[in-house]
Amino acid sequence: MSAPTGAPALAPAPERRLYWAFADCWTIVRRDLTHLVKQPVNIAWQLGFPIVSVLLFVYVFGSAMDVGGEGSYRDYAMPGMFAMTMAFGFMNTAMLVAVEKDRGVTDRFRSMPMARSAVVSGRGVADVCGAALDLAVLAAIAVVVGWRSDGGVLATLAAFALLLHLRFALIWVGVLLGLLVPNQEAAGGLFALAFPFGMISSVFTPPSMMPDWLGAIAMWNPVSSTANAVRELFGRPGTLGDSWIEQHALLMAVVWPLALTAVFLPLAVRRFQRLSR
Amino acid sequence: MRTTGTAVLAEGLAKRYGAERALDGFDLAVRRGTVQGLLGPNGAGKTTAVRILATLLRLDGGRAVVAGHDVAREPHAVRKRIGLAGQYAAVDEILTGRQNLEMFGRLFHLDGRRARARADELLERFGLSDAAGMQVKAYSGGMRRRLDLASSVLLAPEVLFLDEPTTGLDPRSRNEVWETVRDLVAGGTTVLLTTQYLDEADQLADRIAVIDHGRTVAEDTPDGLKHGIGGDRVQVVLRDAAELPRAAGIVARVAADGAAPDTDVAERRVGAPVTDGVAALTAVARALQDAGLDVADIGLRRPTLDEVFLRLTGHRTEAAADATAPARRTETAA
Ligand SMILES: Nc1ncnc2c1ncn2[C@@H]1O[C@H](COP(=O)(O)OP(=O)(O)OP(=O)(O)O)[C@@H](O)[C@H]1O
Ligand SMILES: [Mg+2]
Repeated sequence: MSAPTGAPALAPAPERRLYWAFADCWTIVRRDLTHLVKQPVNIAWQLGFPIVSVLLFVYVFGSAMDVGGEGSYRDYAMPGMFAMTMAFGFMNTAMLVAVEKDRGVTDRFRSMPMARSAVVSGRGVADVCGAALDLAVLAAIAVVVGWRSDGGVLATLAAFALLLHLRFALIWVGVLLGLLVPNQEAAGGLFALAFPFGMISSVFTPPSMMPDWLGAIAMWNPVSSTANAVRELFGRPGTLGDSWIEQHALLMAVVWPLALTAVFLPLAVRRFQRLSR
Repeated sequence: MRTTGTAVLAEGLAKRYGAERALDGFDLAVRRGTVQGLLGPNGAGKTTAVRILATLLRLDGGRAVVAGHDVAREPHAVRKRIGLAGQYAAVDEILTGRQNLEMFGRLFHLDGRRARARADELLERFGLSDAAGMQVKAYSGGMRRRLDLASSVLLAPEVLFLDEPTTGLDPRSRNEVWETVRDLVAGGTTVLLTTQYLDEADQLADRIAVIDHGRTVAEDTPDGLKHGIGGDRVQVVLRDAAELPRAAGIVARVAADGAAPDTDVAERRVGAPVTDGVAALTAVARALQDAGLDVADIGLRRPTLDEVFLRLTGHRTEAAADATAPARRTETAA
């Protein structure tokens, strides 16, 4: 069957490697989409928190909230909730990565002659698809409670693209954390990290209404830039402080995720390679 | 199919985790088409060895060749020729059995048609045809294991690594897995199997390597290992403990190399290792009768692998410790 030692290494030719990198990625994505379809209840769980928070904020606290500007609190909170859902998304990624590592699925993949990059890239593509579905469901609910975008079709699409841009960047954070946590139970504890990351931001309240030090953190939170940019694109910017970061929300909603990707993608890949240490 | 030659070769494998030496000069040679058992106490380095051979871990020293390819220099070539099943069934819970096999088939780079055909073939062969359309989360432990094995032999690997393939299974499921492994071996696959169960090694393995503190301390056939620690023993149980010294004198005459017989007063038992078992047994039986001793039981006993294990590593196996120390377990539980 096989040649004895000394035979040339059987690494596939580069163009075949590229082909299989995509083909294997697609196989993994298909599996994850099957998961999504077979467990619709998971989407409900995932969206439960943003939906409940929006209902609370809009109907319970909404009348007491005055965030300035002409729009209603609903118009302020809705884009914030979209951004927060994207921000929390890294927990799902981390959880799925931790579960697969725990159950030995990752090791099985690594022992197979498949493209190793597909284990990570497949996760990324599938999670962006999942996030798009999340956004579609949330937007539909938002429309039901009376929210509208005044920004025109292109601007509205750009807003959703920016939201997915943030989610995409956070995939690498999720992969890294999922590989770092000792087991899937610990991955559940990442909520303690996600909660402040999502909340200490302009998602539900303008940073100008927070104590100075907290407001500064909130302003510079990437989630705030995305939320503010999305508000602008929806045509209801709300009141923005005059700090540089708040005046350049659109730019920073592009730059922040790129910066996160630049830092965390290499870290995640290195961590993945270190599984063989 | 080749039945000669070396399918797995490990020479002086070393692996460190910080100061801990998980492998410390581990050697192994597995002949093609055979089942090699890897036995050792917890933390001996069995999983580490398997993971290095299956290209999951980088080695710090030594050399390993699997299915004709060096694991460090040609991992991709090795991965095309191996299968791996770890302690937990690494299959997808949400997908059905067939979807699992098709997915792994695609990832082994079979085209869609061949992946489907291979899935059907394996489902049939592993007795999962009826459950093919069921989600794996509804599978029993044994079914999961079989699906896991089926996934690891999708490409008919030359070498199959099984790390504790039956841990946590009930006896029936264990039997199912054993049958499957025997079938695979009959088809020419070389199997390297780690286990906590000595009967499993005894049942399945052609040869057994005992590993402790990251190195191989013994390597032989199961029978060879048993002989290695003294071969057969003649054992006599008396009705009256007072007669033990006289019985010991008789047993001493047949003991191998003048070994001193062991006496156990509480059990009223005396025994000694012997070289020619049957001749020794007959001689002792006759002498005891001539001396008029009242014998409750007499027999020839072969050491169990448990005893081999205990002798070689100074540890009992988990299974044996559990079986013989129920009292201690309740103590720790209380
Ligand atoms: N990732 C790791 N980090 C640090 N130490 C490790 C790691 N993996 C294994 N070890 C250590 O290396 C040694 C060998 O572990 P290994 O898992 O190979 O043993 P084993 O023979 O498979 O044991 P068991 O019967 O419990 O499965 C142990 O002392 C273990 O603590
Ligand atoms: Mg182990």
